[in-house]
Order: sequence, then C-alpha cells, then structure tokens
Amino acid sequence: MPYLFAAAGGIVSERAGIIALTLEGFMLTGAFCAVLGSFYSGSPWVGIIAGMGGGLLAALLHALATIRYRADQVVVGIAMNLLAVGVTRFFLRLAFDSSSNSPRVPGFGGAEVASGGVLATVANPLVWLGILTMAAVGWLLFRTPFGLRVRAAGEKPEAALSVGVPVLRVRWAAVALSGICASLAGVYLALDQHQFTDGMTAGRGFIALAAVIFGKWDPKRVTIACLLFAAAETMQIRLQALQLVPSQFVEMIPYVLTIVALAGVVGRAVQPAALGKAVD
Amino acid sequence: MTERVAVRMSSVVKRFGPVVANAGADLEVAVGEIHALVGENGAGKSTLMRLLAGLYPPDGGRVEVGTSGTLRDVTGWSTREAIDAGVGMVHQHFMLVPTLTVAENLVLGRELRRGWSLDRAGAEREVRSLSDRTGLRVEPSRLVSHLSVGEAQRVEILRTLYRGAKVLILDEPTAVLSPPEVRELWKVLRRLRDDGGTVILITHKLDEVIEISEAITVMRAGRTVGRMKTAEATPRSIARMMVGRDVVLALDGRTDREPEGGSTGQRAVRAPGAAFPVPHDTALEVSSLTVASARKPNEVDSLSFSVARGEIFGIAGVEGNGQTELIEAITGLRAVRSGTVRVADSSGTLQDVTNRDVRSRADSGLSHIPEDRHRRGLVLDYSIADNLILGLQHRFTSGGGSLDRSRIGANAASRIATFDIRPPDASLPSRALSGGNQQKIVIAREMGREFVVLIAAQPTRGVDVGAIEFIHAQLRRARDEGKAILLVSADLVEILALSDRVAVMYGGRIVVTLPSAEATAETLGPYMTGAHGTAA
Amino acid sequence: MTGAPLDTTAADRRQRLRERIEESILPPLVALAIAAVVGDLLIITFGQAPGEVYRQLLEGTWGNAYGFGQVIYKATTLTFTGLAVALGIRAGLFNIGAESQLAAGGFAAAVIGLVLPGGTPGFLATILCVLAASVGGGVVGSVPGVLRARFGASEVIVTIMLNFIVLALLNYVVATHLAVAETLHTPEIAAGRLARLADLSPMFAGSAANLTVLLALLTAAIVWWYLFRTRAGYELRVVGLQPDAAEYGGVRVGNVWGKAMIVSGALAGLGGVNYVLGYKHYYEEGFGAGSGFLGIAVALVGRNHPVGIVIAALLFATLSQGGLAVNALVPKQMVDVLTAIVIIAVATAVPEVRRALGTLRRRRDPGIGRAPVGGGQGEPDVGNSVARSQFPVAGSQQ
Repeated sequence: MPYLFAAAGGIVSERAGIIALTLEGFMLTGAFCAVLGSFYSGSPWVGIIAGMGGGLLAALLHALATIRYRADQVVVGIAMNLLAVGVTRFFLRLAFDSSSNSPRVPGFGGAEVASGGVLATVANPLVWLGILTMAAVGWLLFRTPFGLRVRAAGEKPEAALSVGVPVLRVRWAAVALSGICASLAGVYLALDQHQFTDGMTAGRGFIALAAVIFGKWDPKRVTIACLLFAAAETMQIRLQALQLVPSQFVEMIPYVLTIVALAGVVGRAVQPAALGKAVD
Repeated sequence: MTERVAVRMSSVVKRFGPVVANAGADLEVAVGEIHALVGENGAGKSTLMRLLAGLYPPDGGRVEVGTSGTLRDVTGWSTREAIDAGVGMVHQHFMLVPTLTVAENLVLGRELRRGWSLDRAGAEREVRSLSDRTGLRVEPSRLVSHLSVGEAQRVEILRTLYRGAKVLILDEPTAVLSPPEVRELWKVLRRLRDDGGTVILITHKLDEVIEISEAITVMRAGRTVGRMKTAEATPRSIARMMVGRDVVLALDGRTDREPEGGSTGQRAVRAPGAAFPVPHDTALEVSSLTVASARKPNEVDSLSFSVARGEIFGIAGVEGNGQTELIEAITGLRAVRSGTVRVADSSGTLQDVTNRDVRSRADSGLSHIPEDRHRRGLVLDYSIADNLILGLQHRFTSGGGSLDRSRIGANAASRIATFDIRPPDASLPSRALSGGNQQKIVIAREMGREFVVLIAAQPTRGVDVGAIEFIHAQLRRARDEGKAILLVSADLVEILALSDRVAVMYGGRIVVTLPSAEATAETLGPYMTGAHGTAA
Repeated sequence: MTGAPLDTTAADRRQRLRERIEESILPPLVALAIAAVVGDLLIITFGQAPGEVYRQLLEGTWGNAYGFGQVIYKATTLTFTGLAVALGIRAGLFNIGAESQLAAGGFAAAVIGLVLPGGTPGFLATILCVLAASVGGGVVGSVPGVLRARFGASEVIVTIMLNFIVLALLNYVVATHLAVAETLHTPEIAAGRLARLADLSPMFAGSAANLTVLLALLTAAIVWWYLFRTRAGYELRVVGLQPDAAEYGGVRVGNVWGKAMIVSGALAGLGGVNYVLGYKHYYEEGFGAGSGFLGIAVALVGRNHPVGIVIAALLFATLSQGGLAVNALVPKQMVDVLTAIVIIAVATAVPEVRRALGTLRRRRDPGIGRAPVGGGQGEPDVGNSVARSQFPVAGSQQ
C-alpha cells in the first residue's frame, strides 16, 4: 500500500523529467509529520493533513534546488533523503525527547485490529485513498491537458517551451504532487503502526522507485509491480516467522528482485527522454 | 502603393555572453510578402528571428509588429504573446514531442477541453480541417516518432497555423527536404501568401531565394547589409553582399579550374580514366552491408560500393536515409547484421574489418571525421592538445601506462601550426574555439595521422566560409596524394563541388552512382526522393 | 556564432588558471556559508548561542589532542569513500554503494586477519589484509559495474539495492558463524594489525587514529596520478565527459565502466582497513556508520579531485566529531542535518556560481572571448548518466 502512494508520486515526477530518488525522504517526512499532527490534535485525520503538508514542504525544497537552481538531481535526491533522516531525528528529539521513536498516536487499522486482516484493511480509509491516488494519477497524465504538458516536459521540454508551455512551472507542480503522494505513503505507515520509528521507511521509497521503473512509468503496470513487491515483503514476514530460511535472506528478496528487474527489463524500457536533464 | 508593414525590426542588438549575435540589424517585411532573410552561418539570422518569435528579449533596438492592423511596439515579448499575436516560427530542429501523436503535439499549450479532460476527438478534427485548408496532409493519430521528416515539418507548420499565425517564420526549412518536397513546400507557402499571410524564410541557399521570394534582406556579421527586391537580384549580387567580396561560388569554382577538352560548359571533368576505379586500386569496399537501427532492421539495406585510391566518392542524400548508420558501421561504432567492410592496408591488400573494433580499424588506416563534432569528434572540456590525441592516446603512452606529455605537446604544436588553428594555445579547452577552428582540430587529427581511407561526414557543417575553403582544399589535396575519401554530406553543393563520383542514398540503398560530369541537382533530385525505382 | 580569435599570452593563461580555481573553490565556500546560517537557526531553536556552540565544536576537535586524533581517524575513512565516489563520478557513474563496499572490505580484511597464522610476519600480514579489503570492496563494486555495462541498468538503483543486500548478507554471516558471543563483531584478529598513532606519539592521545592515514594519503596521490597522468585515466575521464567521443576514440565504454566500478568499490573497501586493522582489530557490524554516504558529500565538496577530497574529508570529519563534542548543548543530529544541507547547497551552488562568475567576468572585461556554450568545468554530468543508463548508448555492447 505505501508503495502505491509513493509510486504514484514517482510516476508523476519522473514523467515530468525529475528523477524521483527522494520518495524515501518524502515518505519519512510524511510519516513524521503525520505523527506530529496526530499527536498534537488527537485526531488521525489531522495527521493525514499534516503529513501531506510535510511532504509538500520537502518537495518544494527539492524542486527549488533542482528546478530553480538546476542542481544535479541525483545528488540532491540523495541529500534530501539524508536531510529527511536528519531532520526527523532532530525534531524527534526536540519534540518527544527520544532518539528512536515517538509515543503512540491515534491511527488507522494495524495493530489495533490484530486479528482483523482483510476487515481491517477494508476499513482503513487510507487504503481506499491509495487506490484512488494511483487511478487519479493515471487519469491525470493521460486525460487532462496538464498531464499532456507533464509528458511533454519530460520528453522534450524545448518543444513545450516553443509553444509557450511554462515547463518550469509544470515541473514544480509535478514535484509538489509527488511529494504529497509519497508523503501519504509515510502517513499510511505511521498511522498503521500508530507511531513513528526512526528509519521506519526502511528503503521502501527506493523499492517504489524500482516499481516505477519496472512498470515503465505506466500506472497500470506500476500497480502490478507494487503488488508484486508488496507480496514479496509479506512473504518475507511470513517466512521469517516460520524460521525456515535465515531471516536475512528473506529480507533481501525485494531488493534482489529489483536488481533482477532492472537487469532484465531495462533494455526494453524507455524512460522519459528528458529525465534528469535541467531546462533553461 | 504603400504596402502595410507586417514586421519591422530596427537596430536590434542581441548578445550571448561576449558574442554579439546581432549588432544593429534591421528588417522590414510587408504584409502578404514572402521575404527571404539571407546570410551565412553565424550571420545572425536565426537569432533575429528568434527575437521576433519571442524566445528571448533583445538587448537593444525595437521590434514592431502589424498583424492586428496597426503597427505596435512589441519589443521583448514572450513566446506566448508572439503566438497570440499571430507570429509563429518553425525551427530548424523540430520542436515536436516524439512520443505524442500529431494531434497532441498540435494542441499542446492550447488544449481543447471537455470539462477537465482533454478533448482528443476535437483535436483530431482540428488537424483534419487545417490539413484540408492548407493542403498539408498528415494523419492526426500517428505518433510523431513514426513520421518522415517532410511530414514532421508539415506538422510544425500546422502547429503555428492552429494558433492563428499570420506571420510565419521558417528557419532553413529545406535543409532536410528533397527537391520535390521543396517544390511542395513552395506551393504551400504561396497558398498561405495568397490567403493573406506573410512568410519570412531564413536560408542560405541562393537558388531558392531567387525561386520563391519577393524581397530579400541580407545579413552579415550581425547586421543588415542590404535589402533588395528579388526581381532585381542575382545569386552573384546576393553572394557579394553576404560575404563582402566577390565570392567564388562552389559551382563556379569548378569551371574556373582548367576545363579539360570538351567540357559541357558548366562542369569541369577530371582526366578521363581516373573517373572509374580500377579494382586493384580499391581502398574501401563495402559489400551487401545491412545494418539495423533503433527505427528499422534495414536502416542500411544490402548496400555495396567501393572507393578507389585518389578519388573522392560523395554520397548525397537527405539526412535520415541511413547515412549515419552506414558510417558507423564502416568505422566500427555500430555492429552490422550482414555484409562486409574491407579496407586496404599499406600494401594495398584489402583486409576484412567487419568485426574489428574501432581502434583496430583506425590503426589500420581508417580515419573518420564525424558528423557531430560536439558529441563525437571532440571532448569539449579537454584541451586542444588532449583532443588532438583522441583515438591515438595509446600511441602516446610511455612505460607504466602514463601519458608522454612532452610528445603530446610537440604533436599539438605541430598540428596547430600546420592547420592554422586559432587561437594557437594548446592548453585551451576546445570549448572555447569557434566552430570552424573546432572542426580544424578534428581534421588536423584525422588527416595528420597515417591513413589510407578517410571518411568525412558533414565536414563543413556549422563552419564559416573561410574555414570551409580551407577544409575543401585539404580534402582535395589528400585526394591528389592518393588517399581514398568517402564524403557524406547533406549539402548537395558541397558534394557536387568535391566529388569525382556521386552516389545517392535513399532508404538505406544506393540508388544511383554517377560520374561527376553527369551529376547535377536535376539529375540527382529524383533519386533523392525515391522517385526512381531502386537501382544500385 | 563565431567567437573572435584570442591573442593568448602568458597573462591570459594565468587568468584562466585563476578562473578555474575560482570556479572550484567558490561553490563549497558558498555552501558552507549557507550551512552555517542554517546551523545558527537550529542552534537557536535549541536555546543556545551559536557562537558558543561553534567555539565548543572547534575546541572539541582541533583544540585538543583526542579530538584532533578522532578527526584524523574519521577523515581517513572518508578519504577512501570520497575517492571511491569521485572516481565513479569521473567515469560518469554514481556509486551510492560505498557503504556496503566499505563493510565488505572491512569484513574481508578481518577474515584474512583471522585466518592467517599468528606467526606471519607483520608486514606481510598487513599487506595481505589490505589487499583483501580492496578485493572485498571491488567484488561488491563489480556487480553494478557489470550490470550497467551489459544491461544498461542504472547503477544508482543497483548500488542502493546492493547496500541492503550486502549488509544483510554480512549480518547473517557474522551473526550465525563468526560472532563473539553476545556481540556483533568477529574475534580479534591475530595478524595484520596496524599501530595506532597514539601509540607512536602523545599528540594523538587515546584517539583511534592510526597508520591507515598514511595509506589514505598515498591512495589519494595514486588516484590523482591515475586520473590525470595515465592513459587509462584519460580514457576514464572521456567516458565520463562524453561517452560518444570515447567510443569514437576507440575506447570500450562498457569495459571502462566495469573497471571503474571495481576500482571504486576497492577504494571504498580500503576504508575498512581503518577500523578493522587500525582501531578495533575486529570487524563489527555497522562500523561504517554512514561513511559511505558521507563519501558522496566528500566527493562533491571536494569537486571530485583528490586534493579537494582530502580537505573535504577533514571538514566532514570535523563536523562529525564536533557534533559529539557539543552533544550536551545541541543534539548531534543537527550535524546530520547540516551535512545534508551542505550537500544540497554545494550541488545548487555549482551551476549558480559558474553563471554568476561568468556574468561578473564579462562585465569586468567584455573582450573575453569565451564561447557561450554552457559552462564546462570538466564536470561529468552525472544526472545525465542516470538518464543515459536506462537507454543504453548505441554500440556500447561490443
């Protein structure tokens, strides 16, 4: 589920030409802000809003550096992730006086409905939001004028500029959107576990990016990829409990799968042509 | 009869860093006129027009446009404003998004909506109706990446018309068209003019200027140096204004050489007997070569030809017919699907190099002047000296793998002197040189080494006239020294001026080979569009 | 647009050199300034006075022997990882996997150290362990290298994934087979230890700094020579700057990529020597503590040049140690934040400074004949490498 959110954001960003390495950082920020919001207000809904706000802020910073100042996107992406880790830890200590986790906060689903399983999932509004988000992204990209401009900006920005499309503004919007989506992934995680733990995203943001690439930047395929990777993760937890295979190996599965995917699929996948390149 | 002015630009100045692209340029175009803006590479024509189209603001001067009836000052406007006012530009390098369809490209930026979503059907209808009105036929639902160059250009023009362009600016539109396609374009332009539109044509092809335009503005070194009515102009008079002195046009240059007996008046012929190669003189032989590209499996389609020592074999043809892939296959930058490439070694025996890598081919005597010096030919951030050993670096290595700096320096000094590379400082990054001098680096390197066969691809693209003459002289001298030269160029004039034999490449095949005496634009034109059946 | 021909003189050359240095040094300085401002803000949030905090930071690092030694120690590891990342960048590749390469290297060194009989002559043992470290790192580095060369797989993603995989693997091996009970580290190695500097001189009282620092400096010198004085380095840099030109020049781009990643991994692996051979004398899980990622910052701030890297390594080591020193006043996480800010600031500053300098210079002397083609400082455009990696360069499969 978090993959869906983050990958949706990733598609939008990359289609517009900005590399989405920051999904991890956005997720973490979203998670933290959600917990903050939920904690101070007592309502998980406020937490959602807060999480989105946090993600938006982070995304705007990323956009500022990469679009306005044209810094290298990979470098800034990695740095943003580091920043997110540092900032969340810093404020974690500041707000909750702890180095590793926050106190429990109201949330959705998860441990509270321990035996719930499917029932708990269906009742969790965030789940629905996730599916909706991915669908919305699909509709946005292919059925609206904005989506057309996004795709043009990612493939050949010069062409868009020559007809007066404000490519820079389009990219800002895309990054902002991706920030909101990815942060929702973090919100989901945090509210599901009812707390924030240092580093709780555990590389999921990168796996989401891998899903985007695996799915060739197409919402339908990316959804399948997300499901695939999520299945791997679930399998890992089950297998761990069964003690059949050393836990570390099981942990590795999603990552190995991703590499295999990259090696096998990439030859065919054609990414947005202007991905990673700055525009004058 | 006072004609209404459509565009007036006065004393326009534009600088890019230290380079002054426009230094007081003027232009006045009347409504309903087809106006030619002429000048050499680097004269500032494109810049001037881009200013008009709103891509960037001028640093000085005034721009006035009269599309709405009265002339108004629009200096420094944006692309959007320009488009809204009816000024549209079709660029040299197409500004179309390859992964979108024709209809999508057309409406980009001015999309038709149905509620919040895109009105696809409406867009396609627009395309069709515009097509009918202007005679530019393109299928709206096709992906731009699948279009031919001529069709893509049509989309570009349609795009400006969709936005209500009344002033159409075309930047070197015929650079990528074959002669019949050019005639089609003229028909379209005339139709537009009759409909009340104004056309500004940027070009450096003088025969076209005479053919299509009604008025001419000549630019040189950033300023306007002349204005005339086409009816009163001749290619010579235009050329004189373009260059500032009486210029020896490429075609003329050949008649000025000692005409052998019995010349056909226009073209000098080389001594008979050397026109067609004798087999044992062959230096480069390509047989049934088939090369695949990302676009199609037969980008080069079972192609064969040979080049003899002491001849320049020119391959003409509109870009995109497999020339690039052919060159890459010969030089080893691309794998072949079938067929062979053979190159003669120093003793004259042909060696099969089809499966050898780039370096071994280069070492056995194959030199290559690449068509894109900014991508392949030079490392822009490297110094001149370092660029002069690109491809040869293994010969400048001393024991232990380190580079022999003193030999590199000596090499650089001698090349710079022989080929008159300016500025003559070997430590300058090659980025800092002019296009002509950059190309000289490439030529100094490729022709300064030992070679048997030279592949020259678009050798004078983006190079100023002085350097062009120099480069052509170098090529001729190499030919006279017995080297085999394969010249591939989209510039027909250049091919005709230099080659001993001319072939035309179309659709991955060689469709005709003619000795230079019989090669003219008229005879070659039909082959360049495939109007003739495929012959070899 | 043809630029006017220049009349070059020695003065021109000197000016160009000055310009190049300006371009290299200004961005990091600007970035530091920005980071300092942000740092001030954060400190104030915690209710402390910036001046006081900075003073304590400096005192805790360069001001006393232990601190200084710790800085040297950390800078050593960072030099290795910084060199690793920088070499990759010079070849147009982004090595985010320094963290796992570092761990693998340390692990390999520890294993050899354990395996060698105690009687092995110290010199030989040390060399073998060091070699093992570089091999360990190199092996890990080879994976993304090969995948990129053969399949065009983005090394950015592969290295990130590999980080997780390798660390998990090492965790497994150590936890199940090699660990000393109740801990996460291997037994102390018998052979191949390196002396601590503290043992040699009181200047480093009790700190972890050890002889590896000499190895680090030597490596930096070798990398410099390799990049700028050898043919292999020439070819590597061409591949990073313009792969098409490299191909044209007869260089097998895929091979260069593969080799570059292996060397890069090996360099990072050598960083493990610092901890395993020189400090604790055993391999411990997580000894790298983020040095791999910091290596990216070091390479960036050091502008991918060995000299800059050494300086940058000292800088970041100071920050890191300083964070500990001021922990009572301000959470050390602030340093993490600052580090990230520095990275972003440098990345942002580079193109901005270049542009600003260009405009300044032109205003000063309009006669400068510098072609307007986008400013190049010999920076391989790594952002583009990600773009290119997912769409293999034609003909790279040779």
